[in-house]
Amino acid sequence: MSLVLFFLYIPIFVLIVFSFNETKSRSVFSGFTLDWYVRLFNNRIIISSLINTIIIACLASVISTVLGTLAAIGINNMKKIPKAVVMNVTNMPIINPEIVTGVSLMLLFVFFAARMNLEFGFATLLIAHITFDVPYVILNVMPKFNQMNPHIYEAAQDLGCSPFKAFRKVVLPEIMPGVVSGFLMSFTYSLDDFVISYFTSGSTSQTLPITIYSMTRRKVSPEINALSTLIFIAVVIVLIVKNAIESRSQKRREA
Amino acid sequence: MKLKYFSAPYLVWMIVFILVPLLMIAYFAFTGDDGGFTVKYISDVGQYANIFVRSIWLSLIATAICLVIAYPVAFILSRMEKHKQGTMLMIVMLPMWMNFLLRTYAWMTLLGNNGIINYILGLVGLGPYKLINTSAAVVLGMVYNYLPFMILPLYSVMEKIDKSMFEAADDLGCSSVQTLFRVIVPLSMPGITSGITMVFVPAISTFIISRMLGGGSNLLIGDLIEMQFLGNAYNPHLGAAISFVLMVIILVIMTIMNQFDPDEQVLM
Repeated sequence: MSLVLFFLYIPIFVLIVFSFNETKSRSVFSGFTLDWYVRLFNNRIIISSLINTIIIACLASVISTVLGTLAAIGINNMKKIPKAVVMNVTNMPIINPEIVTGVSLMLLFVFFAARMNLEFGFATLLIAHITFDVPYVILNVMPKFNQMNPHIYEAAQDLGCSPFKAFRKVVLPEIMPGVVSGFLMSFTYSLDDFVISYFTSGSTSQTLPITIYSMTRRKVSPEINALSTLIFIAVVIVLIVKNAIESRSQKRREA
Repeated sequence: MKLKYFSAPYLVWMIVFILVPLLMIAYFAFTGDDGGFTVKYISDVGQYANIFVRSIWLSLIATAICLVIAYPVAFILSRMEKHKQGTMLMIVMLPMWMNFLLRTYAWMTLLGNNGIINYILGLVGLGPYKLINTSAAVVLGMVYNYLPFMILPLYSVMEKIDKSMFEAADDLGCSSVQTLFRVIVPLSMPGITSGITMVFVPAISTFIISRMLGGGSNLLIGDLIEMQFLGNAYNPHLGAAISFVLMVIILVIMTIMNQFDPDEQVLM
């Protein structure tokens, strides 16, 4: 167990240590410096791609959540066979290797680019992100319908609610946990995605993972170490907060 | 107003951006530049048989190593006290939240010719060894990146196994090896199959890990596809044909995995 943890953490630990290294050496620690962090924050490409990544992730996850939740409501009310067909297609981007999804979208965008005035960039990137995000929202929301008693929606209408009000007051609270976890999942997938973005981004709109990739292609640059350290710290903070919220709500439920 | 119409916007989206692009892969794979039907590109894929064999072989090794490492880890995790499990699981999964490029980059610096492993070996008078740009480095990168994908499904089935199962096996005279193979393994089979698919599918289709850790001499299917679309050898027909064959291989493997797991579909 501790061997596995050692294996999982040693590379990250080494990155963090060498992000404070004075020289570019990857094996000898010669002295402490914060230079790489200063350089990181002055690197306009990194900062702008970070902002771009956050904008794309926010837009894609919000749109996917709306689209996916509506879709889940509809799919849930379909007959058995159309439902099975739709769910199978929805599962495809999840089952298929990312590179296949990326390439297939690229083919589509190339086709449109040749016929319409479409350029690879922000729009194609956003479409691609929504496309791989929506299935995760649907898969998170659908089980909530199966757990829900279908008669309570009818009961609400019998008791004088309009269909819309019945939906808002009865159905929505029931499926909300699924909607939230679908949203969070698609947001993190969007932040983290490299492969699909790589095939659909073009040169005008870059995301942080693509910038990181082009940095690793060039010579050694300890700025990546500094960036990794910051991302690692951010991840640790997010997970600790998430755990704290979860354990508190669990305690409240038990109390 | 019927509720099923709520899904209309998504259905349009699904057809345009999921179904049509996949059909375009099939279309490009079976047509030439003039738009006529041809199996030329599909048969051209045969020229790259060595790359396919290498991809399948390396990702099978990586999947096997992941299974061997993850199995005891998942078991130990599932037998911990309940309140410790959550924290421990978080610690195991935490590295996965870093972007995989950064994790792979970390191994680049560790394994490099001037990297820290060779430096430490040099201090005791060994090496330097050629660690990076080998197929072993590619397998290592796959294992490191996808290990959590194996641990998680295994843990989630093992956690549900009742402790009294082991006590019963023990009472009935099973040795611990017998308990492992006749009780734990059969009960954790759904986790094993879904763990294998969750590691094997990304491993066989990766193109970054092989490029960063394998140098130029360890091309995988993913690299081959990428080269046809974004590289100098721009040839979307061949690229689509390779993607098509890759999809078929994965479909076959998932069908085989489903055979081992009669009750449940392999869940991703």
